[in-house]
Amino acid sequence: MMQQLLLYPLLWQLLMSIVLMFAWRHINVQRVMSITGSVIGLILSGMLFYKVLVYGTQTIQAGGWEAPFGITFVADTLSATLVLLTSIAGLAVSSFSSASIIPARLKFGYFAIFHFLLLGLIGAFLTGDIFNLYVWFEIIIISSFVLITLGGEKAQIEGAVKYFTLNFLASIIFLTAIAVLYGLAGSLNMADLAVLIPKIENRGLVEVTAILFLVGFGIKSAVFPLYFWLPASYHTPPSAVAAIFGGLLTKVGVYALIRVFTLLFVDDVFIDEVFIVIATLTLFSGAIGALVQKNMRKVFSYLIICHIGFMIAGLGMFTELAIAGAIFYLIHDIVVKTNLFMISGLIYRIKGSNNIKSLGGLYKEYPKLSLLMTIPFFSLIGIPPLSGFWPKISLIIASFNTQNYVVLGAVIFASLLTLIVMAKLWSEVFWKNPVDLPKRDHFLYFDKMTTTRKLQMLLPIVFLTGVSLYIGFGAESVQQLSTRIAGELMNKQQYIDAVMPKS
Amino acid sequence: MEFLLAIMTGVLYAAGLYMMLRRSLVKLIIGLIMIGNGANLLIFLLGRITKGHPPIISESSDVFTEIYADPVPQALILTAIVISFGLQSFAIILVKRAYKVVKTDDLDEMNTTDEEI
Repeated sequence: MMQQLLLYPLLWQLLMSIVLMFAWRHINVQRVMSITGSVIGLILSGMLFYKVLVYGTQTIQAGGWEAPFGITFVADTLSATLVLLTSIAGLAVSSFSSASIIPARLKFGYFAIFHFLLLGLIGAFLTGDIFNLYVWFEIIIISSFVLITLGGEKAQIEGAVKYFTLNFLASIIFLTAIAVLYGLAGSLNMADLAVLIPKIENRGLVEVTAILFLVGFGIKSAVFPLYFWLPASYHTPPSAVAAIFGGLLTKVGVYALIRVFTLLFVDDVFIDEVFIVIATLTLFSGAIGALVQKNMRKVFSYLIICHIGFMIAGLGMFTELAIAGAIFYLIHDIVVKTNLFMISGLIYRIKGSNNIKSLGGLYKEYPKLSLLMTIPFFSLIGIPPLSGFWPKISLIIASFNTQNYVVLGAVIFASLLTLIVMAKLWSEVFWKNPVDLPKRDHFLYFDKMTTTRKLQMLLPIVFLTGVSLYIGFGAESVQQLSTRIAGELMNKQQYIDAVMPKS
Repeated sequence: MEFLLAIMTGVLYAAGLYMMLRRSLVKLIIGLIMIGNGANLLIFLLGRITKGHPPIISESSDVFTEIYADPVPQALILTAIVISFGLQSFAIILVKRAYKVVKTDDLDEMNTTDEEI
């Protein structure tokens, strides 16, 4: 029974979304079920994480078909950590959406689709088969299309057109890459491919395939020349949706990049250089973009792009320390970005606007709440000893060691600009005198909500802030975890042996 | 046959990309469909175009002795076709909604998301 623990977080989300469909019109039932279900999902992921931490990489061959013939599910430390983080963010957003999403949207199956999205995310993290990864990506994007269009406001639809087109294109490029790779290597199992790819003689075609993967995943993770869909769409859906998108959807692209370029296409100097260049440009353009935006959620959207650069830079330098830094940053970023978008949603419910020019005086009106919000803000900037600080040390040391001084400069520049952006945001939204906003009719203001709803909005923020604080103050254990993950990624033989044991 | 299909795949990709770069929403959809079909054809091509050679090992040997049609890509296309069918029907509905809400099918005029709100 416990041998199949690997599949439980996955199957649980599937079960949740199916059961939730039966309670289509009863939104209160859905709210309760989604939150309790997310708690159980978190426990299951926690158990999987513990098991992987103690006993090492877990694998399951679907249907008992031995790898490389069947589909393999693999939970190494990276996958297990990301599944745990997905469940943490999922629980927070589930609670946040029960309060902040209006009933009209909830009535169209919001929660069922939301759990489908989590199913796709967990599946993408756990699968060990490249085509299966494509299928999970499709589940993720189909669910996200529904979530982004649910409600059908003008801005939402327009954002969705841009989001849809580029994500569809990314999937097709990914599919093309898989097709060419299958033609070259004749396998789809990632562990098997890791053995076969170095033996392929036609290196030029392997390089082309690698670039196709890079472009496909690059669009999804919003790196430098391919990110334009993100700021055009992430501020249009309700903030709970934006929270799960901002926290996890781009990160699944980063995960795929890390997986593919540490397992399949390694020792390729050209690709590493490409990574370094796009990481630097991503850091610059994201940070500068954030500087000029006036909508809070657009600021956060550009900061997502900017901070993707840190992870790509770590991957590009390709030393154990750099990858550890990238993984630590990934762990920190998922929690903080989810939290930031929820905070923007809370401010929207308090004031009825997200434009920083028309906001103000929040510190005067809600001093305790403002102090709570400073913690994720400071974590994002990386003020020591909060969570954003520690991975940057690893990245900076690694860029010294590999003599990538441009990356070093970009990392420092992006951190500085993040500080400036957040300082500007803080003075405009919290310190500036309140601006008189016209009261909106039919708008659910925060102070008119019932206590339960208020708690449902506040507790997830407190929860994720707590997780952020743990990552900051318990940095030693997170650093150890990241180092262990980086060690596993650098030593791909371990992964191959776990999937295909030599009998 | 392989040569013809390879040309066909290339043409579908190129035409699809060209259509996607047009400003009209309808052409965008056509472009997406074409490029999706191009990808499916590419996978099909990689399964080797062989006639009358099912992947069955004859009783007298343990391994394949002659060229055979690889069944895996065919299973892959089947999955990919179903997925892209779902996505394309979603896209068509989305474009219809977008046309109704924004009242234009010119992508250049879809700028609401860039406005300051």
